Amino acid sequence: MIELEGLTKRYGEKVAVDNLTFTVRPGIVTGFLGPNGAGKSTTMRMILGLDHPTAGDVRVDGTHYDRLKDPLTDIGALLEAKGVHPGRSAYNHLLWLAQSNGIPERRVREVLDEVGLTAVARKKAKGFSLGMGQRLGIAAALLGDPRILMFDEPVNGLDPEGIHWIRTLMKSLAEQGRTVFVSSHLMSEMALTADHLVVIGQGRLLADTSMAEFIRRNSRSYVRVRTPQREALLDALHRAGVTAVDGADGTLEVDGTPAEAIGELAARDGVVLHELSPQQASLEEAFMQLTAESVEYHAHTGAPLPPQQQQQQQWGESWRKG
Amino acid sequence: MATGQVVRSEWTKIRSVASTVWTLSTAVVVTIALGMLISALSKNEFDNLGEREQLSFDPTFISFAGTSLGQLAMIVFGVLVVSNEYSTGMIRASLAAVPKRGVFLFSKLAVATALAFVVGMATSFATFFLGQLMLGDLRASIGDDGVLRAVVGGGLYMTLIALFSMGVAAMLRSPMLSLGILMPFFFLISNILGNVSATEKVGRFLPDQAGSRIMRVVTPVDDDTPYGPWGGLGIMALWVIAAVAGGYVLLKRRDAQ
Repeated sequence: MIELEGLTKRYGEKVAVDNLTFTVRPGIVTGFLGPNGAGKSTTMRMILGLDHPTAGDVRVDGTHYDRLKDPLTDIGALLEAKGVHPGRSAYNHLLWLAQSNGIPERRVREVLDEVGLTAVARKKAKGFSLGMGQRLGIAAALLGDPRILMFDEPVNGLDPEGIHWIRTLMKSLAEQGRTVFVSSHLMSEMALTADHLVVIGQGRLLADTSMAEFIRRNSRSYVRVRTPQREALLDALHRAGVTAVDGADGTLEVDGTPAEAIGELAARDGVVLHELSPQQASLEEAFMQLTAESVEYHAHTGAPLPPQQQQQQQWGESWRKG
Repeated sequence: MATGQVVRSEWTKIRSVASTVWTLSTAVVVTIALGMLISALSKNEFDNLGEREQLSFDPTFISFAGTSLGQLAMIVFGVLVVSNEYSTGMIRASLAAVPKRGVFLFSKLAVATALAFVVGMATSFATFFLGQLMLGDLRASIGDDGVLRAVVGGGLYMTLIALFSMGVAAMLRSPMLSLGILMPFFFLISNILGNVSATEKVGRFLPDQAGSRIMRVVTPVDDDTPYGPWGGLGIMALWVIAAVAGGYVLLKRRDAQ
């Protein structure tokens, strides 16, 4: 269990993490989602006592990190930066970590085996690929057989087989009753692994919800209608008690009514339709809209704002209250 | 968090990188070889020296002439032991494993200082005996007054130089910055300050000038240094304590990066 309470980190005037309060629970994979620069890594470093919070508090299993006796046996972490001396072998890297926390040397061989690095255990880390470095970092996290695991962007640099492996690993760790906290800037990645979702943008909490709830709210399905007789169609829909909202490029969007019904209503009034298509907003879109306001480094394409923006923000509001 | 665990872990760190071996072996080789060379040259030159120089002739101190260059390798050793943590990003893994920052830093310094002590002491004795061999009949004996103190002091001097560098590196974090300050300081600036009459009185309180006093057996004629051999080493020790304390305070306060 990891508990954050009003956790805040300021660098001078810049607020990196802004009053974060949430709890990471055992037995599930909790996804920590946010665009690059949202404050995910800073938050994780504060959990590990590496960065000092400006305000607020964070506890690991009810205790401050620096009070843990052998912290690697409580919480194992894969951080974004590799943190391996290039001239040291994978084996010796894990060995010093093990020794510092009184972990038996046999665990070094076990985790090397588990992540598939046994063959290169005695090779210097500077010869490692990005994926091998990532596996070594995961081995270090697993070393103390901890009840809490934290992974910062674990799939970075992994090949498809490695990505599949890490997903399976995270799920099985959670099934064993452990707390698994994993960050990503990719919604699609989270949708595949996380049971619970914490979304942040510019250091602020945007959502703290179960994955199922997030999907239910955000995979909005609607029907897109294009017609040269806009007023006539709106009239026809209105009489049937169906409301349409303006979509992009002069289209109309209708929620909660099947395409067939809309087509029949239009036919009854002789309204010409140029398009009648069921649409599904992807989770990736939902995430981008949720964080659109808070993305720090926009690519300025001059594109108009997405149509559901306003509605989306209202949903965000309700999560913040809930 | 048992300190013994952390000390073992720091020992594993230090013995598993190549820089430990090459910095320390360079210190040994340079100190001994240069000491032997200058001892041999001094022997040949002795008859050409004036009376004053002959009276001040200190065969023990001459055999330690290689220290001036050999200490630079000790500085590199001290700097790399600490700054490697920062340049590789390892500091995060280290402090996540050992969140008590004092335990982390002092275990690291203890292990590296112990190693520097063993190497420094062995180098000092080897330098002395090989240097005396070169000096022929001008040689000093380990049993002469003050000679054993000078030889043991030579080992302590090397150890303290290494520890001072670790303290500075703990403050500055970057290996390039630490070396860029320490190397020219000890190789050039300290010597210049110590030899120019205007700055001499300040220069002799610098760590290396004060500390190297312990390696002298014969006091130069009309010497007015206000401290003795142990006093000099004490001044050096104060510098070391200040550097290490500075490193500790900053490590404690700063975010780990």
